[in-house]
Amino acid sequence: MKDYVAPHLHEEVQRREFLRLMSASLALGGLGACTRQPTERIYPSARSPESRIPGKPLFFATAMPMTGGAQPILVESHMGRPTKIEGNPLHPGGFAATTAQAQAAVLGLYDPDRSQVVKHDGRISNWPAFLGSLREALDGLDEQGTGLRILTETVLSPSLADQLWSLLNDKPAAVWLQYEPVNRDTARVGAKLAFGEDVLPIPSFEHADVVLAIDSDFMTTGPASVRLARDFAARRRAHETGAKLCRLYAIESAPSPTGSMADHRLGLSPARIDALVRVIARAVGADVDAPEVASLPAEHRIWVEALVADLTASRGRSVVIAGELQAPAVQALAHTMNAALENAGATIHYFDPIEMEPVDQVASLHQLVDEIEAGDVRALVILGGNPAYTAPADLDFGECMSRVPFCAHLALHEDETSQRCGWHVPEAHFLESWSDTSAYDGTASIVQPLIAPLYEGRTSHEIVAALAGFVGKSSYETVRAYWKRESFTDDFDALWARSLHDGWLAETAFEPRSVSLSPDLAVNLGEPAPVFEGDRMEVHLRPDPMIWDGRFANNGWLQELPKPITALTWDNAALISPVTARRLRIEREELVEIECERGKVEAAALIVPGHADDCVTLHLGYGRTKAGKLGSGLGCDAFRLVSSAAGWSSVGRLQSTGRRYRLARTQLHHNMEGRDIVRSENIEELSSGSSSTHSESSGSEDQHEEREHTLLAPPAPHDGPAWGMVIDLSTCMGCNACVVACQSENNIPIVGKEEVLRGREMHWIRVDSYFEGHESSPEILHQPVPCMHCENAPCEVVCPVGATVHSAEGLNDMVYNRCVGTRYCEANCPYKVRRFNFYRYADFETPSLKMMRNPDVTVRSRGVMEKCTYCVQRINEARVRAKKEGREIRNGEVVTACQGVCPSSAIAFGDLNDPDSKVSRLRSLPQHYGLLAELGVRPRTTYLSRVTDKNPEVEKA
Amino acid sequence: MTSKDQSTTAAPGDPILAPGHDLETITDKISSLVLARGASRGWYVGAGLGLLLVMLLLVSLAYLLLRGIGIWGLNNQICWGFAIVNFVWWIGIGHAGTLISAILLLLKQHWRTSINRFAEAMTIFAVICAGIFPLIHLGRPWLAHWLLPYPNTMGLWPQFRSPLVWDVFAVSTYATVSALFWYVGLVPDLATLRDRAKRPLPRMIYAFLSMGWRGATHHWDRYETAYLLLAGLATPLVISVHSVIAFDFAVSVLPGWHTTIMPPYFVAGAVFSGFAMVLTIAIPVRAIYGLQDFITMRHLDNMAKVMLGTGLIVAYGYLTEIFIAWYGSNGFEEFMIKNRMVGPYAPAYWSLILCNIAVPQLLWSPSVRRNTRLLLAIALIVNIGMWLERFIIVVTSLHRDFLPSNWDMYAPTFWDWATYAGTIGLFVLLLFLFMRFMPVISIFEMRTLVEPAGHEDPTPTGEVEP
Repeated sequence: MKDYVAPHLHEEVQRREFLRLMSASLALGGLGACTRQPTERIYPSARSPESRIPGKPLFFATAMPMTGGAQPILVESHMGRPTKIEGNPLHPGGFAATTAQAQAAVLGLYDPDRSQVVKHDGRISNWPAFLGSLREALDGLDEQGTGLRILTETVLSPSLADQLWSLLNDKPAAVWLQYEPVNRDTARVGAKLAFGEDVLPIPSFEHADVVLAIDSDFMTTGPASVRLARDFAARRRAHETGAKLCRLYAIESAPSPTGSMADHRLGLSPARIDALVRVIARAVGADVDAPEVASLPAEHRIWVEALVADLTASRGRSVVIAGELQAPAVQALAHTMNAALENAGATIHYFDPIEMEPVDQVASLHQLVDEIEAGDVRALVILGGNPAYTAPADLDFGECMSRVPFCAHLALHEDETSQRCGWHVPEAHFLESWSDTSAYDGTASIVQPLIAPLYEGRTSHEIVAALAGFVGKSSYETVRAYWKRESFTDDFDALWARSLHDGWLAETAFEPRSVSLSPDLAVNLGEPAPVFEGDRMEVHLRPDPMIWDGRFANNGWLQELPKPITALTWDNAALISPVTARRLRIEREELVEIECERGKVEAAALIVPGHADDCVTLHLGYGRTKAGKLGSGLGCDAFRLVSSAAGWSSVGRLQSTGRRYRLARTQLHHNMEGRDIVRSENIEELSSGSSSTHSESSGSEDQHEEREHTLLAPPAPHDGPAWGMVIDLSTCMGCNACVVACQSENNIPIVGKEEVLRGREMHWIRVDSYFEGHESSPEILHQPVPCMHCENAPCEVVCPVGATVHSAEGLNDMVYNRCVGTRYCEANCPYKVRRFNFYRYADFETPSLKMMRNPDVTVRSRGVMEKCTYCVQRINEARVRAKKEGREIRNGEVVTACQGVCPSSAIAFGDLNDPDSKVSRLRSLPQHYGLLAELGVRPRTTYLSRVTDKNPEVEKA
Repeated sequence: MTSKDQSTTAAPGDPILAPGHDLETITDKISSLVLARGASRGWYVGAGLGLLLVMLLLVSLAYLLLRGIGIWGLNNQICWGFAIVNFVWWIGIGHAGTLISAILLLLKQHWRTSINRFAEAMTIFAVICAGIFPLIHLGRPWLAHWLLPYPNTMGLWPQFRSPLVWDVFAVSTYATVSALFWYVGLVPDLATLRDRAKRPLPRMIYAFLSMGWRGATHHWDRYETAYLLLAGLATPLVISVHSVIAFDFAVSVLPGWHTTIMPPYFVAGAVFSGFAMVLTIAIPVRAIYGLQDFITMRHLDNMAKVMLGTGLIVAYGYLTEIFIAWYGSNGFEEFMIKNRMVGPYAPAYWSLILCNIAVPQLLWSPSVRRNTRLLLAIALIVNIGMWLERFIIVVTSLHRDFLPSNWDMYAPTFWDWATYAGTIGLFVLLLFLFMRFMPVISIFEMRTLVEPAGHEDPTPTGEVEP
């Protein structure tokens, strides 16, 4: 006691004196808090739930709602905290891997900038107050609900749609509208043009020998991308079993991961794509009014002739895929070509769209704006989305909505829309809420919470229930009641338990359906869009590959995740081709002004080989003014160029401002400098045995071949596992999902734009991309580079304190607490895969981020080196499990984070001492090589060279 | 050494001690610099400037410890920058002192006598400046002692295969031996100062430092033995310290570092830069303190010749690098040389060639060697050139190595420059303090150069040492 009381109280203080002083101070202290705190009982779990073992994660199936279709996932939970997302291999839709966005959802949940309280006119309020105000507003309306408008994003949730429909039953004058910037509007119009009805085409590559992708990035965008990437990759590996490769042709404006996988790729502006596709359609036998192939300019003619020959030769075994954002005419042409090539039903299947209520969303929003201007809207409830930011510029929705007397917005962040609404209600993240949703094939999934809402988050279900007068009805009740009613089963509890466990509901998938071409298609197609050259050029707007339409703008992992091919982070940029750049005398990182009919923006130029000429690509989602600490004020707002009439294609003027803007890219040099880094060989070379381009490529014969004579002692043989990784460059499409998966698994911090500019990004695995060949039609090559775990690791010998050492199983281990930070290991690493904590990058303070961390991985502090560990924590976990069960680690038991997430299964990991392991098999293939193996470092991570299937006709030209 | 035959057959033209001096005048002249002259305004300005820069150094170091080495311009690719460049540069400068004192002593080059004292002091100060860098360039400098082999509860030793551990031994040994050598050489002169000091405090301090030196014969006898032994010890260190530092680079796999020529080429470069620094200091000091009688044109001429000789060795090193890059037909090596010549750092490379190869060729001309202003300018240029050489080796090799995807650029920040300038300030301040409080030239050794009355031989024979 003595040490804790003030010195002048020492000694003299008697018991009574002490009590008197204490009671006085307690009373004084108590005066400040006169209100009685409500009693809150806590219930420590005297007995832990049966399944909870400290240190052992649990996995729960759920689904991530996303534009176009849900991503079914498994979530790893440590002691009740979701920490990592994996694919759900049990799902019939083929979701064993995930997209990059799904990986980053964990950070979305723990984002410290998420809105945490209900706000009224910018002041802190609460849920009961909101309900009261909502009731008041509804009472002000008539029985029919006249003047009530509910604006949602595309609803894929059956139970939410059901709630909305029954609400509209009660209040027939109320209107439910949907708007999301990236939607199926053009795809729908295209399908209706072709078939007279809306269908969702899903290709299947199992029997497809020739694929034509028309500005379709089917491998990384769209609800089925994960499955399509896997299926396509399987066909690109077919040669390993002697089967035929699937040849991919791509026509696209901006280079995409899918385009980079193509054997033949054409970079064309949207209008030229439109024109060329008509020619191709006619040539393959579709009834389209278009010029003949012979009329094309020489450089395209040979290409198109070869393509047409391939397509027609593979009748019923080819597939044409048009990107969902392409003009309706192009969509319709793709449908027609598939019909003409007898692919429908064979390599492409049509399904009913999974939207609960398909509507023309831009028209829908247009209608809402008109009604607001007419003063017809008394109450507007916006459930999710950020229309004030994402609405087409000409609608000026943000300004318009502030005129509605009662306006409420449910959102994860207090964003641009919330700012203009009287009420803002924090939304529960999908990892904290009950709901349901559908994957692209119609399979429904229950969204189950992994954690109680961190803040006062509410779901759309709760708000719609409140609108319908069922205040306090929980999402759980709503969702469960809906499925109980819909399932027609006696044992609903079993079905429910099974659906929650598996992550999907049986018998909800749609059946493929038959379609027939509309007879007057040729007439309805209309004229091709005009081609612009010179001063005016097409402005090609696309959702950002990482932050999508801006909804992930405050997600640091996605912001810092290099965009495929350009390696750009933290910004969007005006992507232009080298030819266009030279013509307009624009240099890299020069600020250019893009002026469209509707508005203008300033963006930094980035010159991308392979990009279409006379066309500029700009990604949406940037230029946010109120996204959070990370997402606000980055890049430029491309939505200002979107007009409700023109859709995705705009025409504008591009001119330099003469000012410069620094773009943070993680790769500055995309030329291999004649070095044999990413090997690429055609299938014929491979099968004829003249494999390995190394002997011809750079004159030096020993590239990537280890020298026979070396002074270095051979590594001692080891009985246990020898871990190794083989990365197949034939199937890596450069989507970067591995990078963010690794970040999530290994507690890798983000460093911010300034630090990326200084070249200090921390990612343990990076995906290098290189351009080879001519600048207008280069081959785009990708190469994921994690630590090579060299057997003769150059980093190990130079560390003065032995902080990086070799394990018996061949791992190059990093001992963080021994590292003093000389960075000698990094200097001596030929692959430069080591990452140094120049500052204290890890956030040790923010409480929510502490919950996010993987407890099995150290959080590194300032001044230490770190790098890929081959997910050593997963190896150890498998080892412990194997030891407990008295066996060896099974073949394929250890899955690294990058391997698990790879949609195209390009990464294999396993035991090189086991002749049956996948890595051992891949290492024996002729196209196997070790990057920089000639240095004698004996890398454990090795590569399979990229195998292409080029059409000899095109190659000759 | 290249200088050997030059000075034993020394040009009769210039004496190494101006005529007209006897034992008395030498002692008076040199000791008065410390005891009588006092601190001039110029001294205050110079030392003040040094002190200001030291303050900047302290601020830089405090900020560095507070924030981390992210305040420098380093990145994942160029993970070694100014700290290593400056370290190697300073160590190089620290070569001349011991070379002059030890190797020239063993080779009986008596012209060294008037310059060895401050060359040694310069060595120690340069090593102090150098020693700061390896410590602060660590990510966690508070754990620097982990590089030392000491018994500890962790049961861990340093990793002896790492050249950085060799560096620790090489530099610390060099620093210790150089300091000892310097101090031992100072003892007789400290005693002289003690005897001549008028005020009690200086007398006490000099008395303390001179360790009871009385000039007795057995003192001289032991002194001679100790000095010779230390010279013998220091001689291999002159070669070894920079060779070991060169191993940091030679042992790695990086093109531009991984080459066996590194150790000799580093040693020659070190002597080159060391002599340049001695000249940079000697020429102004000689003018300001009026020491033209002691540091004669003969000295300057000899030092210029050493610079020319070592400069040619360095040039040979550059040529060998280029030749081997071509002859070895290793694509990475070829690219590295090409990148140095025409890459983004080409201006630095060509400045280096200009400073280290082209400009020193002027020293072939005796009239240049005897023009103090020109000589000073050349010495300064060589100092800059040698700094550029280290910059080129460290940065251009790292910034574009094996995989082009990693390639990046290095841009030093304000703090990089501030730390560098700060160590220069520290060096200047220490020099000024040394000149103020210690005999700049060895008094007793100069006295041995005085010709006994009536002796005709213009060059001392060396046997006159006490």
